[in-house]
Amino acid sequence: MSSMLQGRWWSWGFRSAVMIYFMVLIVLPILGIYGQSLSAGWSAFIDNITEPLAWKAVFLTVKLAIIAAVINILVGTMSAWVLIRYRFPGRRLLNSLVDLPFALPTAVAGLMILLLLGPQSFVGEWADKFGFAILFHEPAIVIAMIFVTFPFVIRAVQPLLEEMDSSEEEAAYTLGATKARTFLRVIMPGMLPGIASGAMLAFSRALAEFGAVVLVAGNIPGKTLIASVYIFGEIESDNAAGATAVSVLLLTFSFIILWLVNYVQMRRKGV
Amino acid sequence: MHVEVRGLNKKFGNFQAVQDVNFSIDKGQLIGLLGPSGGGKTSILRMLAGLESVDEGHIYFHGKRVNDLPPQERGIGFVFQNYALFKHMMVTENIAFGLEVKKWPKAKIRERVAELVELTGLTGFEKRYPHQLSGGQRQRVAFARALAPEPQLLLLDEPFAAIDAKIRQELRSWLRDMIDRLGITSIFVTHDQDEAIEVADEIMIINQGRLEQKGTPWDIYKNPETPFVAGFIGESTIIEDIGSLRGFETARIWPDTKALIRPEYVEIGQAREFTALSATELGRVGHLHFRGSEWLVEVEVAGSRLVTYRSLEKEVLHPGDFVHVLVHRAYLFNDNDSWIMENNLKEDPMPVHI
Repeated sequence: MSSMLQGRWWSWGFRSAVMIYFMVLIVLPILGIYGQSLSAGWSAFIDNITEPLAWKAVFLTVKLAIIAAVINILVGTMSAWVLIRYRFPGRRLLNSLVDLPFALPTAVAGLMILLLLGPQSFVGEWADKFGFAILFHEPAIVIAMIFVTFPFVIRAVQPLLEEMDSSEEEAAYTLGATKARTFLRVIMPGMLPGIASGAMLAFSRALAEFGAVVLVAGNIPGKTLIASVYIFGEIESDNAAGATAVSVLLLTFSFIILWLVNYVQMRRKGV
Repeated sequence: MHVEVRGLNKKFGNFQAVQDVNFSIDKGQLIGLLGPSGGGKTSILRMLAGLESVDEGHIYFHGKRVNDLPPQERGIGFVFQNYALFKHMMVTENIAFGLEVKKWPKAKIRERVAELVELTGLTGFEKRYPHQLSGGQRQRVAFARALAPEPQLLLLDEPFAAIDAKIRQELRSWLRDMIDRLGITSIFVTHDQDEAIEVADEIMIINQGRLEQKGTPWDIYKNPETPFVAGFIGESTIIEDIGSLRGFETARIWPDTKALIRPEYVEIGQAREFTALSATELGRVGHLHFRGSEWLVEVEVAGSRLVTYRSLEKEVLHPGDFVHVLVHRAYLFNDNDSWIMENNLKEDPMPVHI
């Protein structure tokens, strides 16, 4: 079998099949969107982008995705640390639960948040009492974004922490370094590539989130309408050009982030 | 720094890693902790460093008890088996780490780092990262890093274990020179007896968490105090029935006593090669192994199999040859005691003067 697979024709065939698959499934649709968005010319594209509701939606999405990414960096790094460094009952269960947001349909996640934070719930009531509005406001969107992107940072940092050699820490101690200094100078630099690439993936996923957000955001144009929901709305109201313009913007963002993630990982391998 | 250890004990769960260890080390000495893997050497070293807590006993540096001092405050340098270099720092940054912690002025740090780079022969590699260095170079960076803050005591955990044989040899003598020059008290762990014998001023043999013997390499070789030490240092064969060998018949009076015979205690050859022929007996040559600089000869004598060396300059022996065998001495031991017994036919009890 393996000798057959090593044959020149087979190798050529496999490569071509993968290439075609990749082209048809990923490259062509993306090119299509770029093409579509510019089909009416640059000025139409600019018009579509500068439409206040459109850029407000994009701006809101980027802003909230950054907030979600920052929270993910803090909580995700901490969670990875606790899951790797501490031994406690339930650690394994917790560790396997981390992947749940990936497995769950995002609409279900949205529904969960809706029920959890809704006016009838304990949290909703409590927030109401103190004059907060969570549901159908920005906090709910951020919570939904965090929920669906929660695993990224944890899963990126965990292997780095696991590989980390405890003798490096001990060496720092014998050289007189305090625990805090050791953490900042020795452990942190080791985790940084994971944190960076995890956060960027989380950010780019949060930009794209639809299912969880649409249920809890309220979708008030110009206020809580995020980009992906805006695209949906534009398509519903038969304005394909408006939808593609915003799509192109999101796509470009995603590409930049993907490239950055790759760059960080390449550098990590190089060092 | 003068190091003293009293009644040191350490348990990992139910496993007694270190058991009632006592020793003291004078300033400027280079000590080898030698013993089989899992014998507790590294645990002792880590307790000295403060990286492992002490269950029982006391550790004194300069007469001051340091049990409760964290590793940061013990004034030690530690070289790890896997070097434990900071991966994301260049050679100079690694070496400077301990100095920055101690808040040395920048200019002084630069000076000290340059001095150590020079001392460890790392000139030209200052800007490299650990993964761009060879094993021997990493080892030297680890050594320079540990030495930079001018520790009073240098602890080395299997410093050469991960380096190939040829370079290990060079590094050993380099380390020996360096420590002599700096005059720093040093303790290193090894499971390689050649390394300990060659490098150390004194060896401590550690087995099953106990200190079996402490002394100069020559002392330990010459006068092993326990059967374990006798068997661990050098090569040796255990003989169950020593009384059956010529010259050792009187050993029969000690029941349950075994003997340990080193290859260098045994001489073989033709009749004319011996002066005290009466002390020899006939043996049959078994296997011959070429050892590069000599023959290792197995020889069957009175039902026991002995091993000895034979110079390449001498007549070549063949398997099956009969040769005279002279056993100069044996190390006898039983459950309670151990001692060295000389062949009592070697010295003619009634020399005849003509």
